[in-house]
Amino acid sequence: MINSSLKQLGEMLQAKKISSVELTQSFLSRIQQYNPDINAYIALDEAKTLTQAKAADALIASGDTTPLTGIPIAQKDIFCAKGWKTTCGSKMLANFIAPYDAHVITQFDAAGAVNLGKTNMDEFAMGSSNETSYFGGVKNPWDFKRVPGGSSGGSAAAVAARLCAAATGTDTGGSIRQPASLCGFTGLKPTYGVVSRYGMIAFASSLDQAGPMAKSAEDCALMMNVMAGFDERDSTSLQREKEDYTRDLHKPLQGLKIGLPKEFFAEGLDANVGKVIEGAIAEYKKLGAEIVDISLPNTGLSIPVYYVLAPAEASSNLSRYDGVRYGHRAESYTDLMDMYCKSRAEGFGAEVKRRILIGTYVLSAGYYDAYYLKAQQIRRLIAQDFVEAFKQCDVIMGPAAPSTAFKAGEKVDDPVAMYLQDIYTISTNLAGLPGMSVPAGFSTGSDGKVLPVGLQIIGNYFDEARMLNVAHQYQQVTDWHAQIPNLGKPNLVLPEELK
Amino acid sequence: MALSTEDIKKIAHLSRIEVDDNEAAATLTKLSGILGLIEQMQAVDTTGIAPMSHSQDISQRLRNDVVTKTNEREAFQAIAPHLGNGSTEPAVANGLYLVPKVIE
Repeated sequence: MINSSLKQLGEMLQAKKISSVELTQSFLSRIQQYNPDINAYIALDEAKTLTQAKAADALIASGDTTPLTGIPIAQKDIFCAKGWKTTCGSKMLANFIAPYDAHVITQFDAAGAVNLGKTNMDEFAMGSSNETSYFGGVKNPWDFKRVPGGSSGGSAAAVAARLCAAATGTDTGGSIRQPASLCGFTGLKPTYGVVSRYGMIAFASSLDQAGPMAKSAEDCALMMNVMAGFDERDSTSLQREKEDYTRDLHKPLQGLKIGLPKEFFAEGLDANVGKVIEGAIAEYKKLGAEIVDISLPNTGLSIPVYYVLAPAEASSNLSRYDGVRYGHRAESYTDLMDMYCKSRAEGFGAEVKRRILIGTYVLSAGYYDAYYLKAQQIRRLIAQDFVEAFKQCDVIMGPAAPSTAFKAGEKVDDPVAMYLQDIYTISTNLAGLPGMSVPAGFSTGSDGKVLPVGLQIIGNYFDEARMLNVAHQYQQVTDWHAQIPNLGKPNLVLPEELK
Repeated sequence: MALSTEDIKKIAHLSRIEVDDNEAAATLTKLSGILGLIEQMQAVDTTGIAPMSHSQDISQRLRNDVVTKTNEREAFQAIAPHLGNGSTEPAVANGLYLVPKVIE
């Protein structure tokens, strides 16, 4: 049952073969068993979760349901959920109990879904390994010595280890797709502006976007039906008609034009990862797709541009943490300035501080044109690369990450090496395009560990339904997405009716 | 662009983050690496290219000038930090937030 799709779970719930309380309890039991090792969840509140499950069962009894009614979903700890501790992975917010719900949380509540808990993440979503979390790193379920990727590392490990039916994540520079690749599941970053950022703790506002992390493209489509939609409380939320993201899942791929950017297969890509991606492309050819060679010449500039824009926006966004109204206040201080400086020095971790300093520097008087303005100009060049590319193809494919999961501690002292993890994902955030990562196979590392590899699919603006179709068709002829890690402990013995 | 530890301290002050001398030195090394990465931008000719701040060319929405929020002062003040300096009392009084005196 833990491997059942959201559609299957929904059908079982609505046919009353299981109750939401039973389903929720089985996930809570798995969490109890595995979370002490994996550390995917920061906050659990069994009473709150089960209250929601009971309410979902009442909705099912009355026939008032949606496809996700009664299904337990893990929420990245970046989303404010009323009455839940919402920390964003930071000491700064270690005791912050959100006084209101994020739009995404409201949407899941309205669908009758159950909030299973809040998942671990890099502090303020700044990281690619989940190692910057104040609440400790998260283990990759495929190899506990390795990182799950980041920043949505807790949600990633929870989906991969089947500690939830599905999870939410956010992606500013690759934080859904890179962990999806490293942990072997399906994750989608929608077009910027499709999912409301209201109540989602801000990192880099012109790039931040929430999306689903789940076991399949079909599951992601069902999640998108809940998450996407106009919200007037987010000034960048786009006013568009409500979409059914499952509508194109079953369309054949005959004649689909897949663009392969040469820059995504150049130096820096692990050779074994490259082979897996080539294998996936060969599978798409069998499905009737045509391959087009394309170029995204400014790909290499996406990292420098991102590390100007994202820290600049972060330094501004994170100025709200001053120890006055909420969050951490220093234990002792002399005057107001000292209170600010000590509260922020104590409350933020090293990576967050580095990015605030970089952001402050590039925005400081005399440097604005050389850094921020220049980065915004190159951002347009990067976006134009995609405009040109999409004249020749329907979707773009390549690796989601340059390597499989790396070992914990390996890149922690080298920020620049860590930043290069996002070389294939950042450009889509800068352009505002949708991107996803889909399990495409496994690669054996030098130590013999078998680790998942993700295929990235990039679509044109608002082409999520087509991308989900492209991924779903691949998942009909492959079973990479159905592989699960051996967690080294026997699975719980489930009661007969839950098997 | 080479930075010094003095620059780091100045930027840290602008950022309202306390750093001591040791931290400033360690931060300098890491920041210099990141700024080296950023410098790659300078090789690109961006003459005449309009800066891009948003992927969709949309204009700011306007709304009617009506009250949409209710007063949630109590809920918001319930999560105020502790006063500090030995006191675990919340840093609020009479609906206001308490900070060190700034006017003598």
